[in-house]
Amino acid sequence: MAKPYNPVSAADYLPRHLLQEIQLKRLQNIVKHEYDNVPFYRQRMDEKGVKPEDIKTLKDIQLLPFTMKKDLRDTYPFGLFAVPMSQIVRLHASSGTTGKPIVVGYTKEDVESWSNCMARALAAGGVTSTDIIQNSYGYGLFTGGLGAHYGIETLGATVVPTSGGNTERQIMLMRDFGVNGICCTPSYFIHLCEKAQEMGVNMKDLPVRVGFFGAEPWTQEMRERIEALSGIETFDIYGLSEMSGPGVGIECECHCGLHIFEETFYPEIIDPDTGEALPDGERGELVFTTINKFGMPMIRYRTRDLTRIIPEPCACGRTLRRIDRISARSDDMFIIRGVNVFPSQIESALLSVDSAALPHYRITLTRRPDGLDDMTIEIEVKEEQFSDDMQKMAALQKKFSHEIERILGIRAMVKMVQPGALPRSEGKAKRVFDLRNAK
Amino acid sequence: MYLKQLSVFVDNKPGALYAPCSTLADAGVNLSTIFLADTKDFGIMRIITKDAEKALAALRENNFAVKTTNVLAIEIEDVPGALSKVLKAMESKGLNVLYMYAAMGTSGKPVMIFRFDDADQALEKLSETDCKIISSEQFFAR
Ligand SMILES: [Zn+2]
Repeated sequence: MAKPYNPVSAADYLPRHLLQEIQLKRLQNIVKHEYDNVPFYRQRMDEKGVKPEDIKTLKDIQLLPFTMKKDLRDTYPFGLFAVPMSQIVRLHASSGTTGKPIVVGYTKEDVESWSNCMARALAAGGVTSTDIIQNSYGYGLFTGGLGAHYGIETLGATVVPTSGGNTERQIMLMRDFGVNGICCTPSYFIHLCEKAQEMGVNMKDLPVRVGFFGAEPWTQEMRERIEALSGIETFDIYGLSEMSGPGVGIECECHCGLHIFEETFYPEIIDPDTGEALPDGERGELVFTTINKFGMPMIRYRTRDLTRIIPEPCACGRTLRRIDRISARSDDMFIIRGVNVFPSQIESALLSVDSAALPHYRITLTRRPDGLDDMTIEIEVKEEQFSDDMQKMAALQKKFSHEIERILGIRAMVKMVQPGALPRSEGKAKRVFDLRNAK
Repeated sequence: MYLKQLSVFVDNKPGALYAPCSTLADAGVNLSTIFLADTKDFGIMRIITKDAEKALAALRENNFAVKTTNVLAIEIEDVPGALSKVLKAMESKGLNVLYMYAAMGTSGKPVMIFRFDDADQALEKLSETDCKIISSEQFFAR
Protein backbone atom coordinates (compact mmCIF):
# COMPACT_ATOMS: atom_id res chain seq x y z
CA MET A 1 0.00 0.00 0.00
CA ALA A 2 1.33 3.46 -0.90
CA LYS A 3 2.58 5.44 2.08
CA PRO A 4 1.86 9.13 2.64
CA TYR A 5 4.72 11.39 1.55
CA ASN A 6 6.82 12.59 4.45
CA PRO A 7 9.03 15.69 3.97
CA VAL A 8 11.88 13.90 5.76
CA SER A 9 12.08 11.63 2.70
CA ALA A 10 12.78 14.48 0.23
CA ALA A 11 16.29 13.20 -0.47
CA ASP A 12 14.83 9.84 -1.55
CA TYR A 13 13.43 11.45 -4.68
CA LEU A 14 16.32 13.59 -6.01
CA PRO A 15 16.72 13.51 -9.78
CA ARG A 16 19.55 11.07 -10.56
CA HIS A 17 21.88 13.67 -12.11
CA LEU A 18 21.56 15.89 -9.03
CA LEU A 19 22.13 12.93 -6.74
CA GLN A 20 25.28 12.02 -8.66
CA GLU A 21 26.59 15.57 -8.44
CA ILE A 22 26.15 15.46 -4.67
CA GLN A 23 27.78 12.04 -4.51
CA LEU A 24 30.84 13.18 -6.47
CA LYS A 25 31.33 16.31 -4.39
CA ARG A 26 30.98 14.36 -1.19
CA LEU A 27 33.28 11.59 -2.39
CA GLN A 28 36.03 14.04 -3.34
CA ASN A 29 35.64 15.78 -0.02
CA ILE A 30 35.76 12.61 2.08
CA VAL A 31 38.76 11.14 0.24
CA LYS A 32 40.72 14.34 0.84
CA HIS A 33 39.62 14.35 4.50
CA GLU A 34 40.82 10.76 4.91
CA TYR A 35 44.10 11.36 3.08
CA ASP A 36 44.87 14.41 5.20
CA ASN A 37 43.88 12.96 8.55
CA VAL A 38 44.36 9.20 8.65
CA PRO A 39 47.98 8.09 8.24
CA PHE A 40 46.91 4.47 7.74
CA TYR A 41 44.76 5.47 4.80
CA ARG A 42 47.26 7.91 3.28
CA GLN A 43 49.83 5.12 3.24
CA ARG A 44 47.36 2.77 1.52
CA MET A 45 46.63 5.36 -1.16
CA ASP A 46 50.31 6.17 -1.62
CA GLU A 47 51.02 2.48 -2.10
CA LYS A 48 48.44 2.43 -4.88
CA GLY A 49 49.83 5.68 -6.27
CA VAL A 50 46.50 7.47 -6.05
CA LYS A 51 45.98 11.02 -4.82
CA PRO A 52 42.72 12.70 -3.78
CA GLU A 53 42.90 14.90 -6.93
CA ASP A 54 42.65 11.75 -9.07
CA ILE A 55 38.97 11.40 -8.17
CA LYS A 56 37.40 13.31 -11.05
CA THR A 57 34.31 11.19 -11.67
CA LEU A 58 32.30 8.73 -9.57
CA LYS A 59 33.87 5.91 -11.53
CA ASP A 60 37.29 6.94 -10.25
CA ILE A 61 36.29 5.47 -6.90
CA GLN A 62 37.59 2.24 -8.41
CA LEU A 63 41.14 3.62 -8.13
CA LEU A 64 40.87 3.63 -4.35
CA PRO A 65 42.01 0.78 -2.10
CA PHE A 66 39.48 -1.33 -0.20
CA THR A 67 39.00 -1.25 3.55
CA MET A 68 38.53 -4.63 5.20
CA LYS A 69 37.17 -5.64 8.57
CA LYS A 70 40.70 -6.73 9.44
CA ASP A 71 41.91 -3.13 9.00
CA LEU A 72 39.51 -2.05 11.74
CA ARG A 73 40.86 -4.73 14.05
CA ASP A 74 44.47 -3.94 13.22
CA THR A 75 43.97 -0.26 14.04
CA TYR A 76 42.00 -0.90 17.25
CA PRO A 77 40.73 1.16 18.88
CA PHE A 78 41.02 4.62 17.29
CA GLY A 79 43.48 4.18 14.41
CA LEU A 80 40.98 5.03 11.68
CA PHE A 81 39.49 8.10 13.35
CA ALA A 82 39.80 11.15 11.13
CA VAL A 83 39.08 13.87 13.67
CA PRO A 84 40.51 14.65 17.11
CA MET A 85 38.71 13.05 20.06
CA SER A 86 37.34 16.48 21.01
CA GLN A 87 35.01 16.22 18.01
CA ILE A 88 33.92 12.64 18.68
CA VAL A 89 30.67 12.53 20.63
CA ARG A 90 29.89 8.81 20.58
CA LEU A 91 31.62 5.45 20.43
CA HIS A 92 30.04 2.13 19.51
CA ALA A 93 31.64 -1.28 19.35
CA SER A 94 30.55 -4.52 17.76
CA SER A 95 30.76 -7.85 19.44
CA GLY A 96 33.86 -9.20 17.78
CA THR A 97 33.40 -12.85 16.91
CA THR A 98 37.07 -13.38 17.60
CA GLY A 99 39.50 -11.15 19.46
CA LYS A 100 39.13 -7.39 19.51
CA PRO A 101 35.80 -5.73 18.81
CA ILE A 102 35.34 -3.20 16.04
CA VAL A 103 35.11 0.36 17.30
CA VAL A 104 33.34 3.19 15.50
CA GLY A 105 33.34 6.88 16.41
CA TYR A 106 30.87 9.59 15.44
CA THR A 107 30.97 13.36 15.36
CA LYS A 108 27.84 15.30 16.27
CA GLU A 109 27.09 15.74 12.56
CA ASP A 110 27.64 12.02 11.94
CA VAL A 111 25.02 11.18 14.56
CA GLU A 112 22.63 13.65 12.91
CA SER A 113 23.20 12.22 9.46
CA TRP A 114 22.71 8.67 10.77
CA SER A 115 19.52 9.67 12.63
CA ASN A 116 18.23 11.32 9.49
CA CYS A 117 18.77 8.15 7.41
CA MET A 118 17.07 6.07 10.09
CA ALA A 119 14.14 8.53 10.14
CA ARG A 120 13.80 8.19 6.34
CA ALA A 121 13.81 4.41 6.74
CA LEU A 122 10.90 4.60 9.19
CA ALA A 123 9.08 7.06 6.93
CA ALA A 124 9.43 4.62 4.03
CA GLY A 125 7.44 2.20 6.19
CA GLY A 126 4.73 4.81 6.68
CA VAL A 127 5.64 5.86 10.23
CA THR A 128 4.61 9.43 11.06
CA SER A 129 4.94 11.74 14.06
CA THR A 130 1.66 10.44 15.47
CA ASP A 131 2.97 6.89 15.85
CA ILE A 132 4.33 5.16 18.94
CA ILE A 133 7.30 2.93 18.14
CA GLN A 134 8.69 0.33 20.50
CA ASN A 135 12.43 -0.06 20.13
CA SER A 136 13.45 -3.55 21.24
CA TYR A 137 16.93 -3.48 19.78
CA GLY A 138 19.52 -3.80 22.52
CA TYR A 139 20.73 -0.44 23.81
CA GLY A 140 24.40 -0.09 24.47
CA LEU A 141 27.57 -0.62 22.50
CA PHE A 142 25.53 -2.32 19.77
CA THR A 143 24.39 0.32 17.24
CA GLY A 144 20.85 -1.05 16.85
CA GLY A 145 19.32 0.40 20.00
CA LEU A 146 20.54 3.99 19.90
CA GLY A 147 20.48 4.10 16.09
CA ALA A 148 16.79 3.29 15.89
CA HIS A 149 16.08 5.44 18.95
CA TYR A 150 17.52 8.61 17.42
CA GLY A 151 15.78 7.90 14.12
CA ILE A 152 12.39 7.59 15.79
CA GLU A 153 12.94 10.85 17.67
CA THR A 154 14.23 12.63 14.56
CA LEU A 155 11.05 11.64 12.75
CA GLY A 156 9.05 13.06 15.64
CA ALA A 157 7.35 9.77 16.49
CA THR A 158 7.22 8.56 20.10
CA VAL A 159 9.87 6.08 21.10
CA VAL A 160 9.33 3.43 23.78
CA PRO A 161 12.94 2.48 24.60
CA THR A 162 12.37 -1.03 25.94
CA SER A 163 15.67 -2.45 24.67
CA GLY A 164 15.75 -6.27 24.49
CA GLY A 165 14.61 -8.76 27.09
CA ASN A 166 11.79 -8.89 29.64
CA THR A 167 9.47 -10.11 26.94
CA GLU A 168 6.30 -10.22 29.03
CA ARG A 169 6.66 -6.58 29.95
CA GLN A 170 7.30 -5.73 26.29
CA ILE A 171 3.97 -7.30 25.36
CA MET A 172 2.18 -5.55 28.20
CA LEU A 173 3.57 -2.19 27.05
CA MET A 174 2.69 -2.87 23.42
CA ARG A 175 -0.88 -3.46 24.48
CA ASP A 176 -1.22 -0.74 27.13
CA PHE A 177 0.54 2.02 25.14
CA GLY A 178 -1.15 1.13 21.87
CA VAL A 179 2.20 0.73 20.12
CA ASN A 180 1.93 1.12 16.31
CA GLY A 181 5.32 -0.15 15.24
CA ILE A 182 8.33 -2.08 16.47
CA CYS A 183 12.04 -2.23 15.72
CA CYS A 184 13.93 -5.40 16.64
CA THR A 185 15.64 -8.45 15.21
CA PRO A 186 13.26 -10.74 13.29
CA SER A 187 14.04 -13.69 15.56
CA TYR A 188 13.21 -11.64 18.63
CA PHE A 189 9.90 -10.59 17.14
CA ILE A 190 8.95 -14.22 16.52
CA HIS A 191 9.80 -14.84 20.16
CA LEU A 192 7.56 -11.91 21.15
CA CYS A 193 4.67 -13.29 19.12
CA GLU A 194 5.04 -16.74 20.69
CA LYS A 195 5.21 -15.30 24.17
CA ALA A 196 2.13 -13.16 23.46
CA GLN A 197 0.25 -16.28 22.41
CA GLU A 198 1.22 -17.98 25.66
CA MET A 199 -0.04 -14.97 27.57
CA GLY A 200 -3.32 -15.13 25.69
CA VAL A 201 -2.57 -11.93 23.75
CA ASN A 202 -3.29 -12.02 20.03
CA MET A 203 -0.87 -9.72 18.20
CA LYS A 204 -3.51 -9.26 15.53
CA ASP A 205 -5.80 -7.56 18.05
CA LEU A 206 -3.13 -5.00 18.97
CA PRO A 207 -2.73 -1.68 17.08
CA VAL A 208 0.82 -2.63 15.99
CA ARG A 209 0.83 -2.49 12.18
CA VAL A 210 4.46 -2.28 11.12
CA GLY A 211 7.82 -3.79 12.04
CA PHE A 212 11.39 -2.89 11.05
CA PHE A 213 13.54 -5.95 11.24
CA GLY A 214 17.27 -6.12 10.76
CA ALA A 215 20.68 -6.79 12.33
CA GLU A 216 20.54 -10.38 11.12
CA PRO A 217 19.71 -11.88 7.74
CA TRP A 218 16.23 -13.39 7.61
CA THR A 219 14.49 -15.59 5.13
CA GLN A 220 11.26 -15.27 3.19
CA GLU A 221 9.87 -18.10 5.33
CA MET A 222 10.48 -16.01 8.44
CA ARG A 223 8.75 -13.03 6.85
CA GLU A 224 5.69 -15.10 6.01
CA ARG A 225 5.66 -16.56 9.47
CA ILE A 226 5.87 -13.14 11.14
CA GLU A 227 3.09 -11.80 8.96
CA ALA A 228 0.89 -14.80 9.70
CA LEU A 229 1.52 -14.58 13.46
CA SER A 230 1.05 -10.86 13.83
CA GLY A 231 -0.68 -9.47 10.75
CA ILE A 232 1.82 -6.60 10.57
CA GLU A 233 3.65 -5.24 7.52
CA THR A 234 7.34 -6.11 7.73
CA PHE A 235 10.20 -3.95 6.47
CA ASP A 236 13.69 -5.26 6.02
CA ILE A 237 16.16 -2.67 7.26
CA TYR A 238 19.84 -2.91 6.42
CA GLY A 239 22.78 -1.49 8.23
CA LEU A 240 26.11 -2.28 9.74
CA SER A 241 28.02 -0.54 12.45
CA GLU A 242 31.04 0.06 10.22
CA MET A 243 28.80 2.35 8.13
CA SER A 244 26.94 3.91 11.10
CA GLY A 245 24.38 1.32 12.17
CA PRO A 246 20.78 0.60 11.11
CA GLY A 247 19.45 2.82 8.33
CA VAL A 248 21.82 2.21 5.41
CA GLY A 249 19.03 0.77 3.32
CA ILE A 250 15.31 0.12 3.66
CA GLU A 251 12.48 -1.58 1.85
CA CYS A 252 9.70 0.65 0.58
CA GLU A 253 6.05 -0.33 0.31
CA CYS A 254 6.83 -2.30 -2.87
CA HIS A 255 8.90 -4.80 -0.85
CA CYS A 256 11.10 -5.51 -3.83
CA GLY A 257 14.62 -4.83 -2.67
CA LEU A 258 16.10 -2.26 -0.32
CA HIS A 259 16.69 1.37 -1.31
CA ILE A 260 20.17 2.52 -0.32
CA PHE A 261 20.54 6.03 1.08
CA GLU A 262 23.05 6.68 -1.66
CA GLU A 263 23.77 10.33 -0.94
CA THR A 264 25.30 9.08 2.34
CA PHE A 265 26.45 5.53 1.60
CA TYR A 266 27.86 5.08 -1.89
CA PRO A 267 27.33 1.47 -2.98
CA GLU A 268 29.36 -0.69 -5.36
CA ILE A 269 29.21 -4.35 -6.24
CA ILE A 270 32.52 -6.12 -6.82
CA ASP A 271 33.70 -9.56 -7.73
CA PRO A 272 34.73 -10.89 -4.32
CA ASP A 273 37.62 -12.86 -5.80
CA THR A 274 39.19 -10.32 -8.15
CA GLY A 275 37.98 -7.07 -6.57
CA GLU A 276 36.77 -5.88 -10.01
CA ALA A 277 33.76 -3.57 -9.96
CA LEU A 278 30.66 -5.18 -11.48
CA PRO A 279 27.89 -3.39 -13.40
CA ASP A 280 24.44 -2.90 -11.88
CA GLY A 281 22.41 -6.08 -12.06
CA GLU A 282 25.32 -8.43 -11.46
CA ARG A 283 25.66 -10.30 -8.22
CA GLY A 284 28.72 -9.86 -6.06
CA GLU A 285 30.00 -8.42 -2.82
CA LEU A 286 28.50 -5.19 -1.55
CA VAL A 287 31.02 -2.42 -0.93
CA PHE A 288 30.24 0.94 0.67
CA THR A 289 31.93 4.29 0.95
CA THR A 290 30.56 6.60 3.63
CA ILE A 291 30.60 9.89 1.77
CA ASN A 292 28.98 11.96 4.50
CA LYS A 293 30.66 10.80 7.68
CA PHE A 294 33.68 12.50 9.17
CA GLY A 295 34.54 10.91 12.51
CA MET A 296 35.57 7.62 10.97
CA PRO A 297 34.87 7.50 7.25
CA MET A 298 35.06 4.16 5.47
CA ILE A 299 36.41 4.07 1.95
CA ARG A 300 35.28 1.10 -0.15
CA TYR A 301 34.46 -1.00 2.89
CA ARG A 302 33.90 -4.64 2.00
CA THR A 303 30.75 -5.76 3.78
CA ARG A 304 31.06 -9.51 2.90
CA ASP A 305 27.36 -9.33 2.02
CA LEU A 306 26.43 -10.82 -1.33
CA THR A 307 23.75 -9.13 -3.41
CA ARG A 308 23.23 -7.12 -6.61
CA ILE A 309 22.18 -3.58 -7.41
CA ILE A 310 18.77 -3.66 -9.06
CA PRO A 311 19.11 -1.61 -12.26
CA GLU A 312 15.42 -0.83 -12.81
CA PRO A 313 13.75 2.16 -11.13
CA CYS A 314 11.31 1.34 -8.34
CA ALA A 315 7.55 1.73 -8.67
CA CYS A 316 7.46 3.82 -5.48
CA GLY A 317 9.15 6.73 -7.27
CA ARG A 318 12.29 6.85 -5.16
CA THR A 319 15.36 7.49 -7.28
CA LEU A 320 17.66 5.73 -4.82
CA ARG A 321 18.94 2.49 -6.27
CA ARG A 322 17.97 -0.77 -4.61
CA ILE A 323 19.82 -3.91 -3.64
CA ASP A 324 18.30 -7.37 -3.42
CA ARG A 325 17.45 -8.47 0.08
CA ILE A 326 20.45 -10.06 1.73
CA SER A 327 19.42 -13.50 2.79
CA ALA A 328 22.93 -14.54 3.59
CA ARG A 329 25.97 -12.80 4.88
CA SER A 330 29.12 -14.19 3.36
CA ASP A 331 30.67 -13.70 6.78
CA ASP A 332 28.30 -16.33 8.10
CA MET A 333 28.86 -18.62 5.18
CA PHE A 334 31.13 -21.54 5.85
CA ILE A 335 32.52 -24.34 3.80
CA ILE A 336 32.26 -27.86 5.07
CA ARG A 337 33.29 -30.92 3.09
CA GLY A 338 33.61 -28.67 0.07
CA VAL A 339 30.05 -27.38 0.27
CA ASN A 340 29.18 -23.70 0.79
CA VAL A 341 26.61 -23.47 3.57
CA PHE A 342 24.62 -20.42 4.63
CA PRO A 343 22.81 -20.48 7.97
CA SER A 344 19.71 -19.29 6.09
CA GLN A 345 19.62 -22.66 4.31
CA ILE A 346 19.59 -24.39 7.65
CA GLU A 347 16.79 -22.08 8.76
CA SER A 348 14.77 -23.11 5.74
CA ALA A 349 15.31 -26.75 6.64
CA LEU A 350 14.24 -26.20 10.24
CA LEU A 351 11.15 -24.30 9.13
CA SER A 352 10.16 -26.99 6.70
CA VAL A 353 9.93 -29.45 9.59
CA ASP A 354 7.93 -27.07 11.74
CA SER A 355 6.70 -23.90 10.09
CA ALA A 356 5.29 -22.58 13.36
CA ALA A 357 8.45 -20.69 14.20
CA LEU A 358 12.17 -20.88 13.77
CA PRO A 359 13.61 -22.66 16.78
CA HIS A 360 16.75 -21.36 18.42
CA TYR A 361 19.67 -23.22 16.96
CA ARG A 362 23.44 -23.25 16.88
CA ILE A 363 25.85 -24.66 14.36
CA THR A 364 29.18 -26.00 15.54
CA LEU A 365 31.92 -27.13 13.18
CA THR A 366 34.59 -29.47 14.42
CA ARG A 367 37.49 -31.38 12.87
CA ARG A 368 38.34 -34.97 13.61
CA PRO A 369 41.97 -36.00 14.06
CA ASP A 370 41.82 -37.62 10.61
CA GLY A 371 40.91 -34.25 9.08
CA LEU A 372 37.26 -34.96 8.38
CA ASP A 373 34.90 -32.14 9.35
CA ASP A 374 31.65 -32.51 11.26
CA MET A 375 28.72 -30.16 11.55
CA THR A 376 26.57 -30.36 14.66
CA ILE A 377 23.28 -28.50 14.81
CA GLU A 378 21.78 -28.03 18.23
CA ILE A 379 18.09 -27.23 18.19
CA GLU A 380 16.12 -26.14 21.19
CA VAL A 381 13.09 -28.37 21.59
CA LYS A 382 9.78 -26.54 21.80
CA GLU A 383 7.05 -27.73 24.14
CA GLU A 384 4.64 -28.26 21.24
CA GLN A 385 7.12 -30.64 19.61
CA PHE A 386 8.12 -32.42 22.76
CA SER A 387 6.63 -35.84 23.31
CA ASP A 388 6.97 -38.26 26.19
CA ASP A 389 7.32 -40.95 23.55
CA MET A 390 11.02 -41.57 22.89
CA GLN A 391 10.30 -42.91 19.42
CA LYS A 392 8.48 -39.76 18.43
CA MET A 393 11.41 -37.68 19.67
CA ALA A 394 13.83 -39.83 17.71
CA ALA A 395 11.61 -39.41 14.65
CA LEU A 396 11.60 -35.63 15.06
CA GLN A 397 15.36 -35.58 15.30
CA LYS A 398 15.58 -37.72 12.20
CA LYS A 399 13.22 -35.42 10.33
CA PHE A 400 15.46 -32.44 11.08
CA SER A 401 18.53 -34.38 9.90
CA HIS A 402 16.74 -35.49 6.79
CA GLU A 403 15.61 -31.99 5.81
CA ILE A 404 19.09 -30.57 6.39
CA GLU A 405 20.62 -33.27 4.25
CA ARG A 406 17.99 -32.71 1.57
CA ILE A 407 18.69 -28.97 1.40
CA LEU A 408 22.47 -28.95 1.90
CA GLY A 409 23.39 -32.24 0.34
CA ILE A 410 25.54 -33.11 3.34
CA ARG A 411 24.84 -34.71 6.65
CA ALA A 412 24.73 -32.94 9.99
CA MET A 413 24.52 -34.30 13.48
CA VAL A 414 21.31 -32.98 14.94
CA LYS A 415 21.02 -32.66 18.65
CA MET A 416 17.86 -31.61 20.45
CA VAL A 417 18.55 -29.48 23.51
CA GLN A 418 16.48 -28.01 26.35
CA PRO A 419 14.62 -24.74 25.80
CA GLY A 420 16.89 -21.86 26.78
CA ALA A 421 20.03 -24.02 26.58
CA LEU A 422 21.58 -21.93 23.81
CA PRO A 423 22.84 -18.44 24.59
CA ARG A 424 20.72 -15.46 23.42
CA SER A 425 22.02 -12.21 22.06
CA GLU A 426 20.18 -8.94 21.71
CA GLY A 427 22.05 -7.90 18.62
CA LYS A 428 22.84 -10.07 15.68
CA ALA A 429 22.46 -13.69 16.72
CA LYS A 430 25.66 -15.66 16.45
CA ARG A 431 24.74 -18.97 14.88
CA VAL A 432 27.98 -20.47 13.69
CA PHE A 433 30.80 -21.64 15.91
CA ASP A 434 33.73 -22.82 13.85
CA LEU A 435 36.06 -24.76 16.12
CA ARG A 436 37.95 -26.47 13.32
CA ASN A 437 41.13 -24.51 13.83
CA ALA A 438 40.72 -24.07 17.57
CA LYS A 439 43.49 -25.50 19.65
CA MET B 1 -7.70 -44.61 37.85
CA TYR B 2 -4.83 -42.94 36.04
CA LEU B 3 -1.74 -41.40 37.54
CA LYS B 4 -0.72 -38.10 36.06
CA GLN B 5 2.89 -38.27 34.95
CA LEU B 6 5.01 -35.25 34.05
CA SER B 7 7.70 -35.67 31.40
CA VAL B 8 10.47 -33.11 31.18
CA PHE B 9 12.92 -32.76 28.32
CA VAL B 10 16.48 -32.65 29.64
CA ASP B 11 19.87 -32.46 28.00
CA ASN B 12 22.02 -35.51 28.29
CA LYS B 13 24.97 -33.93 29.99
CA PRO B 14 26.39 -34.00 33.49
CA GLY B 15 24.32 -31.94 35.89
CA ALA B 16 21.34 -31.61 33.56
CA LEU B 17 18.98 -33.18 36.09
CA TYR B 18 19.96 -30.69 38.74
CA ALA B 19 18.04 -27.76 37.23
CA PRO B 20 14.57 -29.36 37.02
CA CYS B 21 15.01 -31.05 40.40
CA SER B 22 16.00 -27.85 42.14
CA THR B 23 13.12 -26.02 40.44
CA LEU B 24 10.74 -28.61 41.89
CA ALA B 25 12.37 -28.48 45.30
CA ASP B 26 12.11 -24.67 45.35
CA ALA B 27 8.42 -24.98 44.52
CA GLY B 28 7.97 -27.34 47.45
CA VAL B 29 7.00 -30.26 45.24
CA ASN B 30 7.20 -33.67 46.83
CA LEU B 31 8.33 -36.29 44.32
CA SER B 32 7.05 -39.85 44.56
CA THR B 33 8.94 -41.33 41.64
CA ILE B 34 11.54 -40.17 39.17
CA PHE B 35 12.51 -42.19 36.14
CA LEU B 36 15.00 -41.08 33.53
CA ALA B 37 15.04 -42.40 29.99
CA ASP B 38 17.88 -41.22 27.84
CA THR B 39 19.54 -41.47 24.46
CA LYS B 40 23.07 -40.34 23.77
CA ASP B 41 21.77 -36.83 23.04
CA PHE B 42 18.88 -36.11 25.34
CA GLY B 43 16.79 -37.51 28.12
CA ILE B 44 13.20 -37.53 29.28
CA MET B 45 12.72 -37.24 33.01
CA ARG B 46 9.43 -38.76 34.13
CA ILE B 47 7.99 -37.64 37.40
CA ILE B 48 5.06 -38.76 39.49
CA THR B 49 3.95 -36.47 42.27
CA LYS B 50 0.72 -35.65 43.99
CA ASP B 51 1.61 -31.96 43.46
CA ALA B 52 1.39 -32.37 39.68
CA GLU B 53 -0.27 -28.99 39.01
CA LYS B 54 2.25 -27.13 41.14
CA ALA B 55 5.12 -29.02 39.51
CA LEU B 56 3.84 -28.30 36.02
CA ALA B 57 3.49 -24.59 36.72
CA ALA B 58 6.95 -24.34 38.28
CA LEU B 59 8.62 -26.17 35.40
CA ARG B 60 6.83 -24.14 32.73
CA GLU B 61 7.72 -20.94 34.50
CA ASN B 62 11.35 -21.96 34.33
CA ASN B 63 11.19 -22.58 30.60
CA PHE B 64 11.27 -26.39 30.60
CA ALA B 65 9.44 -28.33 27.92
CA VAL B 66 6.92 -30.42 29.86
CA LYS B 67 4.15 -32.81 28.87
CA THR B 68 1.60 -34.54 31.04
CA THR B 69 0.57 -38.12 30.32
CA ASN B 70 -1.82 -40.57 31.90
CA VAL B 71 -0.09 -43.70 33.10
CA LEU B 72 -1.35 -46.77 34.95
CA ALA B 73 0.08 -48.10 38.21
CA ILE B 74 -0.20 -51.85 38.66
CA GLU B 75 0.69 -53.70 41.82
CA ILE B 76 2.88 -56.73 41.26
CA GLU B 77 2.88 -59.71 43.65
CA ASP B 78 6.29 -60.12 45.25
CA VAL B 79 6.77 -63.62 43.82
CA PRO B 80 8.85 -64.94 40.91
CA GLY B 81 7.09 -64.65 37.57
CA ALA B 82 4.53 -62.09 38.73
CA LEU B 83 5.64 -59.39 36.31
CA SER B 84 5.70 -61.70 33.34
CA LYS B 85 2.18 -62.79 34.23
CA VAL B 86 1.03 -59.18 34.05
CA LEU B 87 2.86 -58.60 30.76
CA LYS B 88 1.35 -61.77 29.36
CA ALA B 89 -2.12 -60.50 30.27
CA MET B 90 -1.41 -57.25 28.47
CA GLU B 91 -0.14 -59.02 25.42
CA SER B 92 -3.19 -61.23 25.28
CA LYS B 93 -5.36 -58.12 25.27
CA GLY B 94 -3.33 -56.68 22.37
CA LEU B 95 -1.99 -53.76 24.44
CA ASN B 96 1.18 -52.00 23.40
CA VAL B 97 3.43 -50.97 26.31
CA LEU B 98 5.57 -47.98 25.39
CA TYR B 99 7.59 -48.22 28.57
CA MET B 100 7.40 -49.20 32.21
CA TYR B 101 9.30 -48.55 35.39
CA ALA B 102 9.16 -49.46 39.03
CA ALA B 103 7.75 -47.46 41.93
CA MET B 104 7.12 -48.32 45.54
CA GLY B 105 3.54 -49.25 46.42
CA THR B 106 1.46 -48.73 49.55
CA SER B 107 1.60 -52.22 50.98
CA GLY B 108 5.34 -52.50 50.45
CA LYS B 109 4.61 -54.52 47.34
CA PRO B 110 6.26 -53.34 44.14
CA VAL B 111 4.20 -51.20 41.78
CA MET B 112 5.00 -50.88 38.09
CA ILE B 113 4.10 -47.76 36.16
CA PHE B 114 2.97 -48.47 32.60
CA ARG B 115 2.60 -46.11 29.68
CA PHE B 116 0.45 -47.40 26.82
CA ASP B 117 -0.06 -45.68 23.50
CA ASP B 118 -3.77 -45.62 24.35
CA ALA B 119 -4.35 -45.31 28.08
CA ASP B 120 -8.18 -45.45 27.89
CA GLN B 121 -8.16 -48.64 25.92
CA ALA B 122 -5.59 -50.14 28.28
CA LEU B 123 -7.68 -49.31 31.33
CA GLU B 124 -10.76 -50.86 29.77
CA LYS B 125 -9.00 -54.05 28.68
CA LEU B 126 -7.03 -54.49 31.89
CA SER B 127 -10.13 -54.25 34.07
CA GLU B 128 -11.16 -57.49 32.37
CA THR B 129 -8.01 -59.18 33.74
CA ASP B 130 -6.89 -59.80 37.31
CA CYS B 131 -4.21 -57.08 37.09
CA LYS B 132 -4.41 -54.96 40.21
CA ILE B 133 -4.67 -51.34 39.11
CA ILE B 134 -3.79 -48.85 41.83
CA SER B 135 -5.77 -45.62 41.84
CA SER B 136 -4.15 -42.23 42.27
CA GLU B 137 -5.60 -41.97 45.79
CA GLN B 138 -4.21 -45.35 46.79
CA PHE B 139 -0.87 -44.59 45.22
CA PHE B 140 -0.38 -41.35 47.10
CA ALA B 141 -1.91 -42.61 50.36
CA ARG B 142 1.45 -43.05 51.93
ZN1 LIG C 1 10.68 1.69 -3.80
